[in-house]
Amino acid sequence: MASLRPVFSRRILKLVSSFNQTLAPSSSFHRSLSLSHNVRQEITAVGEDKPLFPGASSSYTEKLKFLGGDVYDPIPVYRVMNKMGSIIDPSQDPGLDQAFVEKMYKSMTKLNAMDKIMYESQRQGRISFYMTSYGEEGTHIGSAAALDDKDIIYGQYREGGVLLWRDFPLEKMMNQCYGNNEDAGKGRQMPVHYGSKEHSFAAISSPLATQMPHAAGAAFALKRAGLDICTVCYFGDGAASEGDAHAALNFAATLDAPCIFFCRNNGYAISTPTSEQYRGDGIACRGPAYGITSIRVDGNDVFAVYNATKSAREIAVTESKPVLIEAMTYRIGHHSTSDDSSAYRSVDEVKYWDKEDHPIGRLRNYMLSKDWWDVDREKAWMVEVKKEVMQKFQAAEKLKKPSPQYMLTDVFDKPSKRLSQQAEELKKHVQQYKEHYPTDKFDEL
Amino acid sequence: MAALRRTLQSLCRISREKSSTLRRLPSQNAAIVCRNASAWTFVPDSPPDTLGETTKMNLFQSLTSAMDIALSTDQTAVIFGEDVAFGGVFRCTVGLADKYGKDRVFNTPLCEQGIVGFGIGMASVGATAIAEIQFADYIYPAFDQIVNEAAKFRYRSGNVFDVGGLTIRAPWGAVGHGALYHSQSPEAFFSHVPGIKVVIPRSPIQAKGLLLSCIRDKNPCIFFEPKVLYRAAVEQVPVGDYMIPLEEAEVLVEGSDVTLVAWGTQLHVMHEVARLAQEKLGVSCEVIDLKTIVPWDAETVCKSVKKTGRLLVAHEAPITGGFAGEVAATVQAECFLHLEAPIQRVCGYDTPFPHIFEPFYLPDKWRCLEAVKKMINF
Repeated sequence: MASLRPVFSRRILKLVSSFNQTLAPSSSFHRSLSLSHNVRQEITAVGEDKPLFPGASSSYTEKLKFLGGDVYDPIPVYRVMNKMGSIIDPSQDPGLDQAFVEKMYKSMTKLNAMDKIMYESQRQGRISFYMTSYGEEGTHIGSAAALDDKDIIYGQYREGGVLLWRDFPLEKMMNQCYGNNEDAGKGRQMPVHYGSKEHSFAAISSPLATQMPHAAGAAFALKRAGLDICTVCYFGDGAASEGDAHAALNFAATLDAPCIFFCRNNGYAISTPTSEQYRGDGIACRGPAYGITSIRVDGNDVFAVYNATKSAREIAVTESKPVLIEAMTYRIGHHSTSDDSSAYRSVDEVKYWDKEDHPIGRLRNYMLSKDWWDVDREKAWMVEVKKEVMQKFQAAEKLKKPSPQYMLTDVFDKPSKRLSQQAEELKKHVQQYKEHYPTDKFDEL
Repeated sequence: MAALRRTLQSLCRISREKSSTLRRLPSQNAAIVCRNASAWTFVPDSPPDTLGETTKMNLFQSLTSAMDIALSTDQTAVIFGEDVAFGGVFRCTVGLADKYGKDRVFNTPLCEQGIVGFGIGMASVGATAIAEIQFADYIYPAFDQIVNEAAKFRYRSGNVFDVGGLTIRAPWGAVGHGALYHSQSPEAFFSHVPGIKVVIPRSPIQAKGLLLSCIRDKNPCIFFEPKVLYRAAVEQVPVGDYMIPLEEAEVLVEGSDVTLVAWGTQLHVMHEVARLAQEKLGVSCEVIDLKTIVPWDAETVCKSVKKTGRLLVAHEAPITGGFAGEVAATVQAECFLHLEAPIQRVCGYDTPFPHIFEPFYLPDKWRCLEAVKKMINF
């Protein structure tokens, strides 16, 4: 069909021009044109004069009027619970059972506990770097819980909770942070750059938004393969400014890719507040501009995130098209261990979100109101989860690092001649200057 | 008259004029001959007799053939990029959308970073993605995706993930009047990135086999296609499925006094350099086609230089930071005591690629011959 299109549209254009010349005022029939596979232009009789431009399906106006960013009301924030954790409209309660909601709560609190310990460990020089997810646990767990475990995740770097929901073992996360000889990534990347084929989680890379067109392409391939799964792409309010974000949204829309674009709008890109990141109504408003079904949700309301993601997934998989979710939240922690956010925001602002609108607190209140949780269970769980994290952490710390030979493998599927030569050179050199290299901390070269 | 003809010709036909018209109508083109010092003749190869039935194909047809075979043998393979659906601005994908359908040969929005990023995504879940960038000059928006993502995908994940199924194709090199933005040879930028392979064919037979190798290679590959050869290069190309190995250079002409190394269009210039060197200087040149820029076959080149003692590397891309520097540095380290003269590089000048000055800019046979002379007389 595609190769016929240029001939087809040339013929139609010829028809249109001769049509316009011979059009009599009294004639009243319609001619429908298909200029592309999803844009229809209607030629009608005089009295209904519509623009025929291939570029837009629209109507004429004689009013000189510009559209500003303020023409539309800001997109409302969908929520299910209020800040106290009470359901506002019962029809929106997803009605999840106790075991499921407990798993949600435990995943969020486990993430929180791990974050506290790993952040500390960086401060103590035990790992080189770490990024916490304080305040954003709701976005991870609410979305992950609504997906199929096989839906492939293309994350940015602050989605550890999605992995925890999928039962990614704590020790694997620790191993990656320590870059030890059990790390699946073979010690090549900075901490928190997790990846797991088993858990359908594409390996994280540091550059922002680069994963966005990947998610669109992967979704397209999955669709072609006839699989009923989608991809889910997480990205932040800052990453949304990158060219790759625009590319991804446009490609996903034009190529009908079943991809959920999930924006964690946490208010900051390191020190840059959203007021310096964009002028329009956040990220959700951009979706319709690409022809993408979009929604804005309360990211600190785990049920709202759940409902939105569940619906989005349904749309993506059954209609084979992208969906954009903008989850509003707040980054309670610093950007990373290399950042001290008191340099650019007030402690009071952070305190507000920690105390008044925290995803863990709101879900806890919900559970308390249903007698699914209590103070004693909370205490016991906190002890248990802290113990588990500490155990796994100490075990990971004890392991040696991988052999330096792994510095030179996996550049290609098979090493090139030159890389093999370099492996020999490395071995020789380290052998000769052994005492200057930390070989005792590594497996043998 | 000649100027008028020039302005009426399309991008590709100018190459045909250069290679054949000049010889057929010398009197009419006397004015052109003295302006086109950079003229050369395409040197066809005879097809290998082990590859069966052949048919006459030009470069773009041999590429269509390769992609046709790729799509017929791999159900996950797709081709995409700007304008590929109707056949492509260089006709490399003519007929493929009809044959394989819109979901396998399709247009994308005009966005190179999206084209490559999308291709990486497809390859990351195991599909074969053949991405076309309309001109190598426009590949730079995709540089981040190529360098930071495609090249590092396998390494950074500990070999858990990879994008081996990705191949990026782009028209490459001088075409007679392409100027700054339709003539570039960016292979040097990509040679500096561990994790991708960069391949440049010299002819239709080579192109088909090398493209199939790139598509099937388990690593992301960039395949640069000398656009001036799309119509001008015609050979008897095997119709069947065959592959030519990557990372292997080829000695096209054996010689004893000077090693000439080049890739793509420049090989055909080097053939003339070798002929002129023999005729005018009595010098025997060994001509080597590098084919894979990275990882490159240093062994074949060093073996040759150890025999001849003299090396000339030539490419259209500007000399500073150009790939000839890597070849020269490696050869001087490996073959120092065998060298009879300093290694010569004949390349584009350190300027953007000019329009009207192209005949002066290119590393033509006279500049190359002069370099050979220099080495012989050292």
